[in-house]
Formats: sequence, C-alpha cells, structure tokens
Amino acid sequence: MNEELKKPELDSLAKKAQVSDLSFFYGAKQALKSINLTVYDRKVTALIGPSGCGKSTFLRCFNRMHDLYPGNRYQGEIRLYPDDVNLLAPEIDPIEVRMRLSMVFQKPNPFPKSIFENVAYGLRIRGERSRSVLIDRVEEALKGAALWNEVKDRLEDVATTLSGGQQQRLCIARALACDPELLLFDEPTSALDPIATASIEELIHELREKITILIVTHNMQQAARVSDFTAYMYLGDLVEFGWTDDVFFRPRQKQTEDYITGRFG
Amino acid sequence: MAVSVHLRQTIERAKRRDLLFVALGVAALFLAFCTFLALFTNMVSAGWERFHPGFFTQYASRRAESAGILAAWVGSFAVMIVTGLVAVPLGIASGIYLEEYAPRNRLTALIEINISNLAGVPSIVYGLLALGMFVHYFNLGASVLTAGLTLALLILPVVIVATREAIRAVPGAIREAAYALGATRWQTVKDHVLQYSLPGILTGVIIGLSRAIGETAPIVTIGAVSFIAFLPPAPVTSSFPFVSFDWLASPFTAMPIQIFNWTSRPEEAFQANASAAALVLVLMTLAMNAVAIWLRYRLRRNLSW
Repeated sequence: MNEELKKPELDSLAKKAQVSDLSFFYGAKQALKSINLTVYDRKVTALIGPSGCGKSTFLRCFNRMHDLYPGNRYQGEIRLYPDDVNLLAPEIDPIEVRMRLSMVFQKPNPFPKSIFENVAYGLRIRGERSRSVLIDRVEEALKGAALWNEVKDRLEDVATTLSGGQQQRLCIARALACDPELLLFDEPTSALDPIATASIEELIHELREKITILIVTHNMQQAARVSDFTAYMYLGDLVEFGWTDDVFFRPRQKQTEDYITGRFG
Repeated sequence: MAVSVHLRQTIERAKRRDLLFVALGVAALFLAFCTFLALFTNMVSAGWERFHPGFFTQYASRRAESAGILAAWVGSFAVMIVTGLVAVPLGIASGIYLEEYAPRNRLTALIEINISNLAGVPSIVYGLLALGMFVHYFNLGASVLTAGLTLALLILPVVIVATREAIRAVPGAIREAAYALGATRWQTVKDHVLQYSLPGILTGVIIGLSRAIGETAPIVTIGAVSFIAFLPPAPVTSSFPFVSFDWLASPFTAMPIQIFNWTSRPEEAFQANASAAALVLVLMTLAMNAVAIWLRYRLRRNLSW
C-alpha cells in the first residue's frame, strides 16, 4: 500500500470542517480536551481509540446531539465550510445543523413504519409534499444505499422485517435522502455480522466520491480499509491525526503504535 | 470427573423448589379464578329470570318484574363519554409533557409525587371535592356533566401513569433517529413517540374507563338520583343547529347506583334485578377490557425494535 507519491499536500485539499479547541463537558466531567482536527472534503476520516476515549462524544458534537440532554456544554468551535459557520455557536439552531448533517447510529434504528416512510421522513420534515418527488427521492436514496434491488417490491413492508444489515443500509438511505453535506457514522457495523459489515464498508467506499464522511469505529481493520484519514483518540485527547497509512504504518506517537499493534486497548 | 452424589442431591433439591413455586403460583391463580367463577355463576343464576330484552328498555319501577335499567345504562354511557372526552386528552397531554418536555427539577418532581398520591386518594374524596366544586361552586347540579368531570378527575392519574409508561417504552434510539434527521420535539412526539406508544396508552385509558364505570361512591356523593323515569335529551335534534348539549345538564342515574338501590330494597324480588344489573355491569367491564386487548394486539402487530 505504497501510495506515498500520490498523496497530495494537505494544504491543497479542500476543507469540509475545521474543529478548533473543542472541549466538551457532561456536567462537571470533561469528556473532550481541546481537540483540533481538519475534516477534508469528500474524504473518509476514521476516529479510533479504546472504549470511553470520547470518539462517539466527539462525533455527536457535529450534529449537536448533546443539546438533547441537560447539563452538557461545548467549548470551542466546529466550523463548517464553504459558508464558514460555527456549528456550536449558541445562536445557531441545532435543528438547522441537523438538517445539513446526517447520522447513522451504532444499532440500526429504523422507525417501525414502512420502508418508504422511513426514507421519506427526512424529506417530509423538510417540507416536501409532492408524492412524485418523494417517490423519486426515496428510490434514489435506496439505490445510493445499495438496498433498492432488495426492497423495491416491498416498499410498504414494515422496516423492522428487514435483516440487521438491510436495516442499517435503510438507515443510511434515510440519511442520504436528506442530501447531507457531512455524513456521520457512529460504529455503524458493531451490531452486524461480517457479511453485512462488508456490504456497509463497500457502501462507504462508494459514498466517499460524493460526500464527506466521518466514521467512529472500534475496529482498526475497518478504519484501515475504509478511511483516507485516521484520528487516534485517548481519554478525551486527540493523540494523532494523519493519512490512514501513515497512522497505521508510521505512527509518530508511541501510544498510537501500541494501540494499533494491539499492545493495549 | 463424575458428578458427585452431593451435587446431584443439590440439583434435585433445587428442582423440587422450582416445582413448589409453580404449584403455589397455579394454586393462587386457581383461587382467583374460582372466586370470580363463583361470583359470576351466582350472579347469573340469581339474575337470569330478569335477563330479557325488556330489562334494557324499561325504566325503574315499583314492581320488580317490570323494572328495567334503561335510565341506568344510558346514564352510565353518557357519563363515560364525558369522562373519556375530558380525561383522555388531559391525561395524554400531561403524560407527554412530563415525559418529553418537563425539565428535571423540583417542580416536576413535586407534580410527579402529587400524581402518584392522587391515584391513591379514596374515590369518596373525589365525590366530596366534586360536591363542593362542581355542584355548589360552579352550580352544575347533580348532572351528567358533574359526574363525568368527577370520574375524569378520578381516572386522570391512571391515564397519566399509563401514558408515561407507554412513552418510556419507546427506545431512546428511535427518538435520536428522528432528532438526527432534524425533527423538532413536537414532530418527534407526534410522528413517532405517540404513534408507537398508542397501544399502551389506549390500554391504560380503557382500564381507567372500566374502573370509572363501576364507581359508586363519588356519584352518590354528588347526589345522583336513583329513581328516574326519563332519559337525558338526545344530543342530536331535528331542528337547527341539530346538536344539543342539554344532555350534559340533565339529571341521571348510573348502573352502580341502580344496583345499590335495588340491593337495599326490602322486597326479595328486587334482588334478582340487582343480580341481573350487576351481570350487565360486569359484562360491560369485560367488554371494555376485551376491546383493550384487541386494540393492543392490532396496533402492536407491526411494532418492534
């Protein structure tokens, strides 16, 4: 995997988001410590690290999920480009943020409604009323999530009758239908078997042509397989960030090397 | 290594205890079932001779054979409509507010404690409250409206608690899925939480109503009449505006009052009337519970997560 020569200079890449000095507190407990990270446009960035290192907490800052629960506090900025807006600014409505970013969760969580309604829901709350537009967009999203051929004849079936892997691809379709600028994956395959995992990884590979992806994973092989960049986190700190093959094969930090080679974690 | 004798004895003993528990459980169930069966057959055999169509279409009478429960079942029905219309929206709205909106602070805790306490207040106290507030202060009289409001207050805690339980059973992951798509709190509640908790809420509502329909003390306290020979005015009229709310202000009687009245008569013949009316009341309650079970089954078929 010697792509050293093909790797462009980081400064020449377009940015999708810039995290600066981000700290996060659950009440008095500090979960993230002054994190700085650049998310590059139409690249896959993987967040790895041992359980409790704050990678999911970090991911959930992007779409302001922490606003749903009392006692949480952000410090610092996440600026989203091209319009250079700070997603964490108190005057920015979290609903507006969530309309721009989509999230896929750890456990498939389809609504107990029809397959069609699952995918259409995001569009409905964005004010889309036209049945024909909904039908087209749902088909497009299901094709984007590589699920269309399996479900095209049973769009009215309840989503929970699908298999686990299909449910997770449905959740990806639900996220894609909203045309997100940034797609957040929170350990999307941890509840799936290896075959379903492979299909999701393949999907992430295809999606990165069109969309910026941030993925949390506890599975290092997965990070190595799907991502362009990798960030290693430990106890709320961002320890190392760089091109995935650099982080995996030429880590600058001893700690990163220990984790990746399996000496701890 | 072979299984030791001691270990085998331990297993045997544990299994015997297992069996003992099953036997106790079955015995308890059997006792409850036999009690119900005894009461039920007693009611049927005592009241069977009165159980004919006329019983449902005649008013109360001084002669036991021609006395019926028309005023009572119509009255109970009218009161239940008022109770349902008041308690269901109020109870569900309160439950949703407490579960999805209320901040976790002292005021909320105080409200929650009060609701649990309200569920334990004896029903006669609700009757006294209604007598003071609805009958005298608001001057509503011993009417269908007063009784409906009183019973609504009585079952409000039941509906609130059932709503909260049902809402709490909806997994947080489903809520997060809706929020992450950009839904507001109300959209999440209306499009998801409420829809998925509806079976549980409906069950709670019907159990509340079937409790209300058998309540005697509060309606006696507000002064419902036990001997009445007319029905509340019909809600639909032949002249403009075609709907009438006069029935709300009408005096009424209800099933439990009628039963109570008949049992306290000295004449033996009225005991049969009381048994027959009690049978009707039990069947009404059973029918409501059956509807609850059926609704829960129908609505839950597609729900899983």
